[in-house]
Amino acid sequence: AQVTVRDALRDAMAEEMRRDPDVFLLGEEVGQYNGAYKVTRNLLDEFGPKRVIDTPITEMGFTGIAVGAAMEGLKPICEFMTFNFAMQSIDHIVNSAAKGHYMSGGRLRCPIVFRGANGQASGVGAQHSQCYAAWFGHIPGLKVVSPYDAEDCRGLLKSAIRDPDPVVFLENELIYGESFPVSKEYANEDFTLPIGKAHIAKEGSDCTIVAHSLPVGQALEAAAELEKEGISCEVINLRSIRPLDMETVINSVKKTHRIVTVESGWAHFGVGAEIAAGLMESEAFDYLDAPVSRVASVDVPLPYTKTLEAKCQPQVYGIVNAVKGVLYRND
Amino acid sequence: ANADHTFKLDPFDMHKIEDEGPSTDCTISSEEAIELYTQMTKIRKMETAAGDLYKTKFVRGFCHLYTGQEAVATGMHSVLKKGDSWITSYRCHGITWLLGASMEAVLGELCGRSCGVSQGKGGSMHMYWDHFYGGNGIVGAQTSLGAGLGFYHQYKNTGGLSVAMYGDGAANQGQLFEAMNMAKLWDLPTLFICENNRYGMGTSQERSSASIDYYARGDYIPGIRVNGMDILHVREATKYAAEYARSGKGPLVLEMVTYRYGGHSMSDPGTSYRTRDEVKKMRQGSDPIMGLKNRIIEAGMITEEEIKAIDKQAKEQVDAAVAVAKESPEIDDSGMVDHTYALPIQKIRGMTMHETFTPPGYTAPMDVKY
Repeated sequence: AQVTVRDALRDAMAEEMRRDPDVFLLGEEVGQYNGAYKVTRNLLDEFGPKRVIDTPITEMGFTGIAVGAAMEGLKPICEFMTFNFAMQSIDHIVNSAAKGHYMSGGRLRCPIVFRGANGQASGVGAQHSQCYAAWFGHIPGLKVVSPYDAEDCRGLLKSAIRDPDPVVFLENELIYGESFPVSKEYANEDFTLPIGKAHIAKEGSDCTIVAHSLPVGQALEAAAELEKEGISCEVINLRSIRPLDMETVINSVKKTHRIVTVESGWAHFGVGAEIAAGLMESEAFDYLDAPVSRVASVDVPLPYTKTLEAKCQPQVYGIVNAVKGVLYRND
Repeated sequence: ANADHTFKLDPFDMHKIEDEGPSTDCTISSEEAIELYTQMTKIRKMETAAGDLYKTKFVRGFCHLYTGQEAVATGMHSVLKKGDSWITSYRCHGITWLLGASMEAVLGELCGRSCGVSQGKGGSMHMYWDHFYGGNGIVGAQTSLGAGLGFYHQYKNTGGLSVAMYGDGAANQGQLFEAMNMAKLWDLPTLFICENNRYGMGTSQERSSASIDYYARGDYIPGIRVNGMDILHVREATKYAAEYARSGKGPLVLEMVTYRYGGHSMSDPGTSYRTRDEVKKMRQGSDPIMGLKNRIIEAGMITEEEIKAIDKQAKEQVDAAVAVAKESPEIDDSGMVDHTYALPIQKIRGMTMHETFTPPGYTAPMDVKY
């Protein structure tokens, strides 16, 4: 069977809302409009305005309200039309939600999911096309997931909603409409995936490629291309940014001795930087036959121009070149 | 001397209140009145102790005292119900105690000790208790969180309400207007309590606010200006506001006009932006504790001797709590790495790669049952 990411997300939310009356959804255009990207389609019809709440365009306020409701015991799903707008409310995500449990010595809990589109978009310019994985991944107290396909989205969103901690759930609008094959277990109402565990999307022996979100697809494409040249790549879909499953990455590097990281954020202080540092601090250092190579966005605010937009973000050819680089196979 | 007594109160300034508003007759029993006096006295003495602990370096960092403002929280607390949710700014010590935490736990938290409400991990600005959500170090954040607490009561139909307290400084934060808009739009049972002590740090209300009618700044939300130095005024206004919110009419703004005797925090002597004379006048002419004391003595509810006994007992209780707080140990490494997560699924990195901590309750990601 094939399922779109959009339906996987929608169904996961609907099922969890049926399962637990304390779960509710709020955000901009989640109700009558059916979601700016139609991810929340028909949820208002099923659950009514008490549990599917259209908010005014005031991110800081409605995020604070969602966090407050979570602290008293509800389980909000707080949707951001895109994570770019969550910058308005980053104080509540970081200072109110992430730190409350610790600052209170465990007295306070904040079971909330912050979700919405993140990272690459198409033709919307610098303010609407940014990846926040590194931003939120930096914060102790947050769990941060960045799913790729339909199974990731269903399994991780259900886990995120059931998790007692604040979870930042980074989707990508360019894959909402993509269909992916799903397993038989997928339909199970308790189909959850572990937060903090990476997934080996493709096994290989010559080089490891680590990616999250949309770049996982690009990594798989690059691997297929490289296969034709006799280079076998192992592709790791991180799924989770915090916790970061370094164990899976390290084990893969021990096997392949080479690694390329791919992310749509900038390299500076990014996910790849953290992976590289983690490898340096682990036994994997002794297994590396080449320096870690990072594929990331060009270090400029994203330009609007079509050709430059493409040039500034990770592309399959970039990944292919990076892999050849760590194999010293670039001509 | 346990009979009820009715005190005459000053009229209230009101904004968009459609009925008569709060009563200007406050009827209260001796027992209740004495309890209000006792609570305010204990808060003041506890804050004095907090200030001393700061000066002797048992308390670190910031320390914002409630001295002068005791009538606001005490008066409100006396008429609100258990289960109502509260949230306030960093000026939270007295409220934490009023809502149920022991003095040892409040003073222990100030000293960073394990007996503290947050095991010493929160500090002066981060105290919590049942249905009390801090203690917020970010000016204004508590207003939308507080509306969220009200959202909970509405969602669960508890009959309860939320109290979101903020200062005249925070009243200018943008998110207050976002929170007020949604609170009114959805008729959340939330009381927005502006504790106007006239200064946001060292900036007077006149220098920070285009309008100092804070009770009217909810625009479409009705509001009442209350003498926050008169606990009976606070009590009647809160009674009215609570009934209003509980009946489903939505939020209300109460501006509690009050005054802080000390500086903004312990590091501020509080004299560069106001005169010593102004502080002296407030202390001598408007003190909430003295005011109540004079009224209840005059009404024959209590004698000077009985007041002295209460003061003495309060001092003894505070002294004993200070001793406990000072003696309490600080938490260890296990406490350090505990409570980052309710469900910890990652080990905690130490200062170097050679040190990794396993938090209490750690579960490997694959072993979590969702």
